[in-house]
Amino acid sequence: MTGKPKLTYFNGRGRMESIRWLLAAAGVEFEEEFLETRAQYQKLIKDGALLFEQVPLVEIDGMKLVQTRAILNYLAAKYKLYGKDLKERAQIDMYVEGTTDLMGMIITFDFTPPKQRNLALIIERATTRYFPVYEKALKQHGQEFLVGSQFSWADVQLLEAILMVEEREPTVLSKFPLLQAFKARMSNIPTIKKFLQPGSPRKPRPDDQYVATVMEVLKKD
Amino acid sequence: MTGKPKLYYFDGRGKMESIRWLLAAAGIEFEEEFLETREQYEKLLQDGALLFQQVPMVEINGMKMVQTRAILSYIAAKYNLYGKDLKERALIDMYVEGTTDLMGMIMQLPFQPPEAQEKNLALIIERAATRYFPVYEKVLKDHGQEFLVGSRFSWADVHLFEAILMAEECKPDILSSFPQLQAFKGRISNIPTVKKFLQPGSQRKPPADDKLIAKVKKIFNI
Repeated sequence: MTGKPKLTYFNGRGRMESIRWLLAAAGVEFEEEFLETRAQYQKLIKDGALLFEQVPLVEIDGMKLVQTRAILNYLAAKYKLYGKDLKERAQIDMYVEGTTDLMGMIITFDFTPPKQRNLALIIERATTRYFPVYEKALKQHGQEFLVGSQFSWADVQLLEAILMVEEREPTVLSKFPLLQAFKARMSNIPTIKKFLQPGSPRKPRPDDQYVATVMEVLKKD
Repeated sequence: MTGKPKLYYFDGRGKMESIRWLLAAAGIEFEEEFLETREQYEKLLQDGALLFQQVPMVEINGMKMVQTRAILSYIAAKYNLYGKDLKERALIDMYVEGTTDLMGMIMQLPFQPPEAQEKNLALIIERAATRYFPVYEKVLKDHGQEFLVGSRFSWADVHLFEAILMAEECKPDILSSFPQLQAFKGRISNIPTVKKFLQPGSQRKPPADDKLIAKVKKIFNI
């Protein structure tokens, strides 16, 4: 046992990627166990490791944490990325819920049959519902970070969301100058810069192989 | 201005009901403004009152809060229903995410095509009985205490209680294999603030009927 948090998930982004981002941004090293087969998954369930029979699972500080938001909340608070008081936390929570919804559309997209996929809707939501909010927040206070003049979980997740959408539509930030500057600033934070380099635990975009593995392990067909 | 939190939503349960439950359990009085027409919704949008163009929205302590989980977390922390430390908060968060998933399935049922509803109702009942309720039954059995976390009433207890009542509306005897949950339900029902909320005339909302579904679809162009 190394004392490092241990992540159990598929070898891909999915719901675990935001957790990898947050740990990496906080400068916390972690280990990973990848689910490759249904038998592995069934063993985890049989061993009682998955509270609601689902992954992500993060073993940390003697707990087997499940449920993405519970895990992220815990990490944000533990590593002091959750604001200085209740109101800042509320602000961070609201911003994070927005980026979670946007990234959730992209996660679902890859598991939607090709004929039913709607990339245009995702881009529309990004450019009319979500990005304008963060652009405005940065414009109004003129500070480097989204909340409380301090680096927080909200900044990490917004960067992650920007990069995810840009992968699908490289020009998506063209009308958002402050987000462009934000993206550059965040990318230069040492822990984040490291995570963005090849060889880091960051996972690539889902491909057909990944989707097939997930469906097989969870028996969703 | 009364200083009371003000809730903006349609006159029905939806995502706002868990917020009503938590405020009520905490003994906090609140006001409500109900969305009846698309024009009302569009006005809220134009006024910039909805951060991501969505409800629920709760005006509280000078903030216009949106996003159900953000609102619930804030209320839980403010009214001391979020455990005593980070680890208890983590347990509460996990438990609440479970009941959120279960109640989410039930909430969506009326909005699904009629052909899918029977199948989905069966899935809800199965999930309640095999994935969710066993977890809370075991938690209560293992520590033998009155409340889910830290021997103290918390958001997790309110949320589980709400989920139990919703599941019972789907299948009245759904707790038949869960003696701990039956006892839990009895205990929580008797907490004065909860008891009050369960009485007719409170701000608790009934299950969605066809009229409400039609209204929601119209307001949000679904």
